Amino acid sequence: MAGGAEAKSLVLDRITHRFAGGTLAVSDINLDVKGGEIIALLGPSGCGKTTLLRIIAGFIGQSEGRVIIGKDVVDALPPNRRAVGIVFQNYALFPHLTISENVGYGLAARGVDKATRRGEAQRLLEMVQLGALGARLPRQLSGGQQQRVALARALAIKPSILLLDEPFAALDKNLRLDMQIEVKRLQRMAGITTLIVTHDQEEALSMADRVAVLSHGQLEQFGTPSEIYDNPQTLFVNTFVGTANRMKGTVIAAGPTGARVQLEAGGEIIGRAPKPLRASDKVVVCLRPEHLHFVSDESGFAGEIGMALPLGATVVHEIRMRDGQSIKISQARTGDTSLRDAGATVRIAPLGPGLATIFPE
Amino acid sequence: MKSAAIAPGDVTRYGLGLAAPLALVFAVFFIAPLAQLFYLSLHNDAVATVWGLGQYVKFLTDPFSLSVLGATLLLGAEVTLLCLVLGYPIAWLHQRAGHWLQTVIILIVLLPLLTSVVVRTFAWIVILGRQGIINSTLQSLGLISTPLRMLYTQGGLVVALAQVQMPLMVLPLITAIGRIDTNLADASASLGAGHWRTFFRVILPLSMPGIIAGCTLTYAAAITAFITQSLVGGGQMLFMPMYLYQQASTLQNWPFAAAISIIFLVAVLAIVALFSTLGRRARINGDAT
Repeated sequence: MAGGAEAKSLVLDRITHRFAGGTLAVSDINLDVKGGEIIALLGPSGCGKTTLLRIIAGFIGQSEGRVIIGKDVVDALPPNRRAVGIVFQNYALFPHLTISENVGYGLAARGVDKATRRGEAQRLLEMVQLGALGARLPRQLSGGQQQRVALARALAIKPSILLLDEPFAALDKNLRLDMQIEVKRLQRMAGITTLIVTHDQEEALSMADRVAVLSHGQLEQFGTPSEIYDNPQTLFVNTFVGTANRMKGTVIAAGPTGARVQLEAGGEIIGRAPKPLRASDKVVVCLRPEHLHFVSDESGFAGEIGMALPLGATVVHEIRMRDGQSIKISQARTGDTSLRDAGATVRIAPLGPGLATIFPE
Repeated sequence: MKSAAIAPGDVTRYGLGLAAPLALVFAVFFIAPLAQLFYLSLHNDAVATVWGLGQYVKFLTDPFSLSVLGATLLLGAEVTLLCLVLGYPIAWLHQRAGHWLQTVIILIVLLPLLTSVVVRTFAWIVILGRQGIINSTLQSLGLISTPLRMLYTQGGLVVALAQVQMPLMVLPLITAIGRIDTNLADASASLGAGHWRTFFRVILPLSMPGIIAGCTLTYAAAITAFITQSLVGGGQMLFMPMYLYQQASTLQNWPFAAAISIIFLVAVLAIVALFSTLGRRARINGDAT
């Protein structure tokens, strides 16, 4: 399949969808996906990511906007004419058909003769390392195997776009990582433009070339995993992707890209500001646990240890600040990292300037 | 898959204890009378003193008796087919409908069960009769000059029986179709299948358990529906239940009536077995292209 037809791009142009009751499911979504890219649609449940997937697949007709695959506006096409492959969350394998018949189903719908279908199904099953299981029924396979079949079935129709709906949610943790690697390998091999819908940020960050973060039907940010993690544009992105401590404060001085903030917990902090701020604005400062460290001098802010959590590779301390807020601080576990006793008074400070991000409250 | 956690042996042990009361009821009130019926049928004379297979020979060599059996089995087939053709779309609609419409559909489907068979049957007589609703409507519209004969015809009887037995078809169908994962239809569409292919390759094979259950129930109910058969069918059409009744009650020929019962039972069981075999085969060969 490698070196086949050129991968098609996918453009969502101002997509808005209202449900029958008038509820706004997604609002004014613009996404520009390059051919061959893996994109993750990331957001909590109810953020509209599944609605978006169903719009692309053609199961839902959007209220406004256009879906463009390659050079074609596909809005008028029913799902069976869009050549969009889908792997469903529950895999949706046909329980009454054998694995080989499942994989060959799309080819049968295209009028491919039985012998060719069998051969192609076998080739795809071997690609997902299930060559020996063609004669079995779906219920005789494990979850991971069923997922490989679902993937082979979707790839069999040589789709221009591949949609994966929470594909790894039903797998246990070890298997999930294997399957993520496997899916990425197959996607690279087939060179198919792929969209993964997920609420799992690790999955989104590890699998995708670019991540679209959605919240309440709005596109919060669309960027590479590094941009999303290191340079969040909204408070939602900062707190949903990775962990972030949130501290309230007031702007003392503001520049074009940053500001100095007086924290309610005591102390001052300098950080980046994605949106312009003015002096005396009320703000929320986000600081990731791994961007804090304990200090022995008078810099930073004071608090007392609430709890120590040894999480394996990292150690997390929960610290109660003077204003009652709690802050998490995470350290890599090195030889001399010791757990601190609860109740001990400590001072913590950012590892450097500009690691904090400041958002209007 | 989850049931694999319980060893099969345990299921049997618990199952036997729990099933015992019903099993006892069955044994006393069903198996025993059936055995008695069989015993009775093995006598050649009307007072059951001479042993022999004479009653069976008499039935199976009598063209009239065989034609009654044939007419009854055919009636069942026609009613079942009509119920399936009319009932499947209703069950399908129920699956696709919103909550409110689902309640209405269930109510409409169940309504016949809430009225007595006698009342329902007389309603059909009122509808189909010479001066009935259909005839008077058609006449007042000037579409016909003389009343159509619908009551006491095979067609009228099939329609009436289909209405009376419809819940037995629709309820199993609703259950079976409701169990089908809606993603399967979406998956089929995304793989390029149109509505008809999705229906025949995915939805229909997966509703097979409901179709078999519905057909079996409807068939069994239709061929044994004594009241509706007699009242809507009238005196000119004779079916097995009435034939049996005449032999037992009017002619007091109990051994012959018993033999008729046994033959009828075997014929019905054979057809039910045929249904389930066909159904199983349809499920296995889902991709029969």
